[in-house]
Amino acid sequence: MSTINTENLILDAPTDAKKVLEVENLRVQYDTPRGAVRAADDVSFYLKEKEILGLVGESGCGKTTTAMAILQMVQSPGRIVGGQIRINGRNIVGIPESELRKYRWTELSLIPQGAMNSLNPVIKIKEQMADAIRAHENIKKKDLKPRILKLFNDVGLPERVYNMYPHELSGGMKQRVCIAMSIVLNPSVIIADEPTSALDVVVQRVVAQTILEVKERLGVSMIMIGHDMGLQAQMVDRVAVMYAGRLVEIGPVMKMFKNPTHPYTQLLIEAIPSIKEKKPLKVTEGLTHDLRNTPEGCIYQFRCEHVEDSCCNEPPRMYQVGIDHFVSCRHAAERARSMELLGGYHG
Amino acid sequence: MAEPLLEIKNVTKIFGGGLLSTSKPVVALDGYSLDVYDQPARITTIAGESGSGKTTLVNLILGYLPPSEGEIRYKGINLHEMDRNQRLMYRREVQAVFQDPYEVYNPFYRVQHIFDMVVRNFKLGTNKKESRERIEEALNVVGLRGEEILEKYPHQLSGGQRQRVMVARAYMLKPRLIVADEPVSAVDASLRAMILDIMMKLRDEHHISFLYITHDLSTAYQIGDEMYVLFQGVTAEKGDTAQIIENPKHPYVQELVNSIPAPDPEIKWETDIHLPSEEEMRMKYARGCRFFPRCPYGMDICKQKQPGMFTVGPQHEAACYLYQKQQEEQPK
Repeated sequence: MSTINTENLILDAPTDAKKVLEVENLRVQYDTPRGAVRAADDVSFYLKEKEILGLVGESGCGKTTTAMAILQMVQSPGRIVGGQIRINGRNIVGIPESELRKYRWTELSLIPQGAMNSLNPVIKIKEQMADAIRAHENIKKKDLKPRILKLFNDVGLPERVYNMYPHELSGGMKQRVCIAMSIVLNPSVIIADEPTSALDVVVQRVVAQTILEVKERLGVSMIMIGHDMGLQAQMVDRVAVMYAGRLVEIGPVMKMFKNPTHPYTQLLIEAIPSIKEKKPLKVTEGLTHDLRNTPEGCIYQFRCEHVEDSCCNEPPRMYQVGIDHFVSCRHAAERARSMELLGGYHG
Repeated sequence: MAEPLLEIKNVTKIFGGGLLSTSKPVVALDGYSLDVYDQPARITTIAGESGSGKTTLVNLILGYLPPSEGEIRYKGINLHEMDRNQRLMYRREVQAVFQDPYEVYNPFYRVQHIFDMVVRNFKLGTNKKESRERIEEALNVVGLRGEEILEKYPHQLSGGQRQRVMVARAYMLKPRLIVADEPVSAVDASLRAMILDIMMKLRDEHHISFLYITHDLSTAYQIGDEMYVLFQGVTAEKGDTAQIIENPKHPYVQELVNSIPAPDPEIKWETDIHLPSEEEMRMKYARGCRFFPRCPYGMDICKQKQPGMFTVGPQHEAACYLYQKQQEEQPK
């Protein structure tokens, strides 16, 4: 069975689409008195132009840490201890703060988690928007208002929001203000950290569609962090799955839902509650080890159904199993490969 | 049909609008009625978006707030006319599990303390050994072991463990009804299934009914028996959970079901959704249907009076004038 040479598991030539963001061997750790917590461990992926990449996993798996590392906003006691983050080919890890300002908001912007709490409650929306613009551009006062109104128009906000305070807006409108702010300076990458998690389903759908429209119109690339697999299926092009600080699988959304290869991805897909059919619920444990004390070998060994001795010795590397599709499990890669040989795998 | 276990009769709850208040009163629940049956034990779902009155309802049922009008009866006794013994019985038979498993713990006490409090207050077990056995039994029901967690502090537990401890605490009293207010919205997808599974097990094996309050229709579909969809303080639709979700009748419920993101990249949302402009939302039809400003089927009558419940199928009712005719045509 294991005679297939997984080292050369490249089924298709890599796509030649431009990579706007590349993360390579990123390691972030939080130093605590009882040892370092490895919140992101050897994370590597890339984001192509005009693509939406979903980043999913249970809480504490390192999704937000990875996103904050990309923005260079990891809070102490966390720090980036290794790896590279390249935007349009240029590494931004370790460059001085003054240099970083050129990237933040102009190249990289953030739609934060819980927009309700990220606006200043005592400052009018117009002032908060103007702040973001003035911090990066010398703009004439008379140009400011038309610019902001145009942004409102882009995200479907009425003009009267200009003169309002955050508490006068509904949750969906506040989230749209945050979307408007994130596109103020035409960034090439927007990171959206659970942009709709606090909203009701109907509002969530409207905001999600706003995000898709904005993305389409501006041609930006996005990273969408979330745990709602349904929303991911609706919005993203590729999905990256994280578990305990590691990236376990990344691939096109179709394949990830129809044909997940990593055992953890399979579990995530099975655990989605459906409204089409009643099915027995798949019961699972959460994180089973302390992140301060990660096991030798594969990170998923304690929960994996297919665990073998070899999994416990050496950590798996990323194996390519399709176009833009990588999995961090030797056995899963072999299974995918043998399915492909049997004709069951649609590349 | 048997007597309902818990009966909510035309309850209205109004906040604010007092003598010295400058703001307009907020009607959180408006003539709301709900019957929770048990025997056999079942899971009754209250579904609604934020601001629909779910939390007000929980507070009323648990007796934290008095209703402005109407009454809540448990086994036929009005909640606010109970004597001491009846109240103790109610406290014992109706338990609650809350949304955020992080907030309900006192961080300074070990998990053991939570159970000790229950044992002391309700005099469960005459000696240490017996009460210990009951604690152990309750933990086993939710799939935990005493030695694993009793000596720990709340912050040392995982999210799923915390919520399970809360269910075990509620179970210890052998309640007839557990009011579960969004018990799974703060836990991860992979743990959600575990909590829901425990709820079903308690229903099927231990005959405990649930009032499951949620905004998530898909979990309700998986475990619920009856469902009430709440919209701005009134019931929009009620009936069998599967029936409502597979064949929603009220335009609001249709919109809700259509907006659930399908976990399938091949089935995309239909693109158009009718959300009213700000001006439409501001139109106040004080006596009319609350959904009218957003409703694609709005009629004249909708502006004038909140519709009552019309029968749309067996044990299936919707508060919408679209079904008025249908009901009248049916032979009585």
